[in-house]
Amino acid sequence: MEATASLNERTEPTQSLVARQFDDLEQQRGAAELGMWIFLATEVLFFGGLFLAYTVFRSLYPRDFAAASHHTIVLIGGMNTAILLFSSTLMALAVRAAELRNQTTLIRLLLATAFFGIVFMVLKGIEYYKDWTDHLVPVLNFDWHSPNPGPAQIFFWLYFAMTGLHAIHITVGIFVMLTLALMARTGKFTTGNYTPIEIAGLYWHFVDIVWIFLFPLLYLAGHR
Amino acid sequence: MNARVATEIDIRTEGEFARESYLSEHTVRSWLLTTDHKRIGILYLFTILIFFAIASVAAAMMRIELLHPTGGLMTSETYNKLFTIHGTLMVWFFLIPSIPAVLGNFVLPMMIGARDVAFPKLNLTSWYLFVFGGAFATWSLIRGGVDTGWTFYTPYSTTYANSHVISMAAGVFIAGFSTIITGMNFIVTTHKMRAPGLTWFRLPLFVWSLYATSLIMVLATPVLAMTLGLISLERIWGVGIFDPNLGGDPILFQHMFWFYSHPAVYIMILPGMGVVSELIPCFSRKPIFGYPWVGCASMAIAILGFLVWGHHMFVSSQSVYAGMIFSVLSFLVAVPSGVKVFNWTATLHKGSIHFTTPMLYALGFIGLFVIGGLTGLFLAALSVDVHVHDTYFIIAHFHYIMVGGMVTGFMGGLHYWWPKITGRLYPEIWGKLAALTTFLGFNLTFFPLFILGYLGQPRRYHVYPPEFQIFHVLSTAGASILGVGYVMPLIYFIWSAKHGRAAGPNPWRATGLEWQTSSPPPKHNFKETPVVTGKPYDYSAEKDVDLDLANL
Repeated sequence: MEATASLNERTEPTQSLVARQFDDLEQQRGAAELGMWIFLATEVLFFGGLFLAYTVFRSLYPRDFAAASHHTIVLIGGMNTAILLFSSTLMALAVRAAELRNQTTLIRLLLATAFFGIVFMVLKGIEYYKDWTDHLVPVLNFDWHSPNPGPAQIFFWLYFAMTGLHAIHITVGIFVMLTLALMARTGKFTTGNYTPIEIAGLYWHFVDIVWIFLFPLLYLAGHR
Repeated sequence: MNARVATEIDIRTEGEFARESYLSEHTVRSWLLTTDHKRIGILYLFTILIFFAIASVAAAMMRIELLHPTGGLMTSETYNKLFTIHGTLMVWFFLIPSIPAVLGNFVLPMMIGARDVAFPKLNLTSWYLFVFGGAFATWSLIRGGVDTGWTFYTPYSTTYANSHVISMAAGVFIAGFSTIITGMNFIVTTHKMRAPGLTWFRLPLFVWSLYATSLIMVLATPVLAMTLGLISLERIWGVGIFDPNLGGDPILFQHMFWFYSHPAVYIMILPGMGVVSELIPCFSRKPIFGYPWVGCASMAIAILGFLVWGHHMFVSSQSVYAGMIFSVLSFLVAVPSGVKVFNWTATLHKGSIHFTTPMLYALGFIGLFVIGGLTGLFLAALSVDVHVHDTYFIIAHFHYIMVGGMVTGFMGGLHYWWPKITGRLYPEIWGKLAALTTFLGFNLTFFPLFILGYLGQPRRYHVYPPEFQIFHVLSTAGASILGVGYVMPLIYFIWSAKHGRAAGPNPWRATGLEWQTSSPPPKHNFKETPVVTGKPYDYSAEKDVDLDLANL
């Protein structure tokens, strides 16, 4: 404490960024990062329930799953994969921009990340609309050409549950990016404390990775 | 820990009540918007007591109904709803938050010399989520209750049950997120906020047990959330994911449910073990025997706990080989549990034992936990489990762990830290009396159920053959004694919070960092961040020959 007293004037701006329970910015940043990683671990297990259900039913009904998977739109799924990967790159660059204290680039990259998130959602929406007109929505609007529609309906139920839950996460991510872009205008994240950008980046990459698993499982199961 | 400093402090301020403390502000707003971990712990305490009361009333009504073999007091449906209320509220709204969210929130940051948990606002959020979830659960009770049992087994819960499953599932779902936040907070706090010099193997064992508990909380609870989500969607849309008629698999539900709920059993015992590991060395005036073993045993139990869920499904058409593996793994859990029990008894050996109230609870814990644990081994054995599956034997077994273990540990911890929480001493003689009453009442309530289960009475029935009546009468008699044992502390705790003698910073002359600050503690816990220079549990009987803790 005595050692820092003489440096008081210089450390004043960073001191005000440190919450009262922490000793310094380093500790606060480490805590926030670890917290985010733990949150992502809970997310893995949350999605894990659906992945387990998918695995069980695919091993029970491999043929029905392959046939049902044929009805998904691989082109849109593939485009969305590319879009998410690209947006993740932009996010990584945004973190770098914050680290280099480059405010304009940071704001632009955050907005671009959000923009590609929105493009993803628009394409997903088009795809859901196609699914509806093709009578692929379980219970509400499901018309299957085989005498035993149960397994195919379970496939599409899982398809909607998994991509729907993922879409909720994308939507949250879009709002986070827009909020951060707005906050970044005050120069908040370009004075050395870019932890919020970093942990938002972790979240965005996680959402991206979930899709990387969803795409082959749901879209490519019927393709050889 | 730095024992020299500790004694100096308590000689200086023995018996003083700290005027300036975290309790100084009195407005409702200062409570509802607090981010102080100590106040949040107290908010949790009041909330879980409400649910404990509701769930206890449900249990009392069941016990009264079971006095007579024909059970004329209520319909089967009402009885189903009562045991569902009892189970759901006790598990998710009392036991899981009991030690972690109340005592853990209160003492964990102080034990590691921190000013607060890592995320105080999230900590408050977790309490609000808990209340919100509790409101959903209460709402589903008011509208007529749920009759599925706390396990929500499919396809009954998804297709056939004609009760308020969705709102109850929503309540548990929301409360689950409060558990996750608490767990996340504890893990980050333990990793990042330890005082200088407080290395991992100098941590109090309560911190180790909370750390292990938190790992389970963050890794298991999301699976429960997803499972309950699937049940609710299934009830709304009926896609058939758990319905064999539509190609679904009801056993999938059991796997997912027990993947959470078996580890959750360890959420409901590890913190109790942690409390006992604090009490035994303090009241034996000896360092704990085999410190690293006790700490690592917590971690081993947490990890093994994730690998044994199949022992709930020995008769659920699980393959024989899976059954054998789950059986072996379940036996393995006994090893770290046994390590703990042996280390506690070895600590007692040649200790200078003070029979204070917390110590009576701790000793009761050891005895009851051993019975609960050993009968767990009966259940882990495939063939025995087939005989006693879904009988009163199971009821007796897990109540010995949940009530005999966790609730006893909770009571012990509450008495131990009460002087720290309120700054005042509870009346010791009443405390001892309550500890003995609960111990006797508990055994009389639940021991007859072992016999009843072994003789073949299935659980969840309210009519039974007349020859079983004697056991039910004994159990109901025990339950009334147990009830008295729980009401007594309620009365003298409330009394002592206002009229108790001032405790001073360290009435037990204990070594933890939480005792090195005034009682009740100041808002930010410590005037200066403490520095730790040695191992925990630096007790010695020679130093404290003049001490008579049992007659404070």
